[in-house]
Amino acid sequence: MTAFVGHDAHPADVDTHNADPVLDVDGLTVEVRTIGGTLRAVTGVSFQARRGETLALLGESGCGKSMTATALVGLLDPVADIVGGTALLAGRQDRVDLLSMDRRKRREMAGTELAIVFQDALTALNPLYTVGTQLAEPFRIHQGLSARKAKRKAVDLMARVGIPQPESRLNSYPHQFSGGMRQRLLIAMAVALNPSVLIADEPTTALDVTVQAQIMALLRDLRTEYRMAVVLITHDLALVAEEADRVAIMYAGHIVETGTVAEVFAHPKHPYTQGLLSSVPVNARRGDALTSIGGSPPDLHSIPQGCVYQARCPLAAEVCRTTRPALAPVGGDRKAACHFPEEVSPRMRGERTDV
Amino acid sequence: MSENLLEVRDVRKSFRVPHAGKNKLCALDGITLDLKRGETLGLVGESGCGKSTLARTLMMLERPDEGTVRFDGVDPFSLKGADLLKFRRRVQMVFQDPYASLNSRMSAAEIIAEPWRSHKGIVQNRQDRDMRVRGLLDLVGLGAKAAGKYPQEFSGGQRQRIGIARALALNPDVIVCDEPVSALDLSVQAQVLNLLNDLQEQLQISYIFISHDLSVVRHVADRVAVMYLGRIIENGPTERVFERSSHPYTAALMSAAPTLDGAQRAQRILLKGEVPSPIDPPSGCRFRTRCWKATDVCATTTPAAAVDPEFADHTALCHHPLLLEGSGRETVPA
Repeated sequence: MTAFVGHDAHPADVDTHNADPVLDVDGLTVEVRTIGGTLRAVTGVSFQARRGETLALLGESGCGKSMTATALVGLLDPVADIVGGTALLAGRQDRVDLLSMDRRKRREMAGTELAIVFQDALTALNPLYTVGTQLAEPFRIHQGLSARKAKRKAVDLMARVGIPQPESRLNSYPHQFSGGMRQRLLIAMAVALNPSVLIADEPTTALDVTVQAQIMALLRDLRTEYRMAVVLITHDLALVAEEADRVAIMYAGHIVETGTVAEVFAHPKHPYTQGLLSSVPVNARRGDALTSIGGSPPDLHSIPQGCVYQARCPLAAEVCRTTRPALAPVGGDRKAACHFPEEVSPRMRGERTDV
Repeated sequence: MSENLLEVRDVRKSFRVPHAGKNKLCALDGITLDLKRGETLGLVGESGCGKSTLARTLMMLERPDEGTVRFDGVDPFSLKGADLLKFRRRVQMVFQDPYASLNSRMSAAEIIAEPWRSHKGIVQNRQDRDMRVRGLLDLVGLGAKAAGKYPQEFSGGQRQRIGIARALALNPDVIVCDEPVSALDLSVQAQVLNLLNDLQEQLQISYIFISHDLSVVRHVADRVAVMYLGRIIENGPTERVFERSSHPYTAALMSAAPTLDGAQRAQRILLKGEVPSPIDPPSGCRFRTRCWKATDVCATTTPAAAVDPEFADHTALCHHPLLLEGSGRETVPA
């Protein structure tokens, strides 16, 4: 099963490099061992990231979006195991499977091919080393540069991500920077070795909106400059609407809908997408009731047979209780995992049931 | 109905902080605002702007250095003993984190009934108490069977409902909601916002609604006060403030927030730099260091409130308000 075979929705962007995805994830499945038994946090997740494009993984807490990211970069918690799937990365040499490669090989790819920006920059940076040392590290390890040359590169990098007076700040420690500046440092470290894929896991969730706008502008520029594929992991629909080209919406460990952002947000083909979109307080005047999705996501220990969304779905029918819908094409480049994709409409209201 | 329930006049509060020498951290720098009965005042601003200090002052958890607070005509900071207790009953709070704000060793019923242990005389006896707890649980949409459960048995949205029920237990006039939905997922957030709205209609409560999420504030608030470095820099009816922002900072804040129909925005105002330190704030207008309209006067003189000629209740603390200069939607080259 290969996802997203079809036409690119941004024909203007297509060139020879763009036709092939740089990261091709197929059927990624992650299980977590817990006291209550083994649960599937990620089930059969497939997506492709293309050069120069931003793919958003969108979902609410616990849907498996961050677990997907940590599985790809090899930072899964020891209690979690990858039990299936492949993640082919079109590296500089050839295509390699991230999920089955050995640790030494993976370390070589870290930063050079695949990099990640975390949400919490303060915990992602080492408080005991100056930022100059930390920024120089990738150059020293991967390119074998001398300390002095690596530091010079670190200064260039800090200037590139918009840190004022980089020379004088080289010897500062992470706590001496503001939240926005720390996030810039993390981004600088991530793009230092010009990776082909950048995973950004909620990169601006901890930041104020004016700073968020600055950071997203920086990520956009770097994406174009380095021709990276960006995988943006977020719960923020508005951020996806503004920053991403394509979106994969996750629910209870499954991708339930994918496609270009413009199409998916304008005409959702999965009731969950529709429910999320109508939960956003937009244009809703003061006093109007917001449409909310009744109930809460299923307990991953006991995901029901059939559709994962059935308990909260206004369209649920008998077939939804017995058969889990596959992520199937619904026209163009789009896919949805729903038995009734054509019946999803903006007028379809989730009942105002309570939590 | 129209007179102010709460009047705050020129309230200042600063804190001593380590390593700042003689300088103090100026958290509130002359806050003036009004709240009417049954009204929702949205309080927006970025981290460190003083939103939470203001909330704590209204809860009487901080005593202002200067300025006055009047609640129903009475200065709560002059009250003592039983009168003070009576006042505290009238202003309650809903907290941001539904996980940290509920004691995990108390059942939902115990959490909701706890305020009655300090505020005696509201419940007569056990039966009365249990009946009221059931009533409150029904009111917030949890149902009486939730009474015996513990916080960890509830989801985030349900916990926030317990927090709201606890705030309602004393029949307050004002509830200060400090980021009440920012820890919740979108689909659950909508449920809680609907609940707050329904409760206001039923009980005529006033809310002070603190949030960094502009779309949420736009949905719930009658009026919006925008804060920047300890000052309210713009204050007015919600739709006016959103549609015709008068202060450059408000305009920048509105344009920085991503929206679903973002493509329709004319141009994004990308502010340079970050919020200056409240320990050593800029002279004159606090926003001048990031403002594209700043002139010499902004550095020397603290702007007085400019009043919108069409709307007397829409004010902005600015020497060069956008509205008065015509377009009201002007933007800057980034």
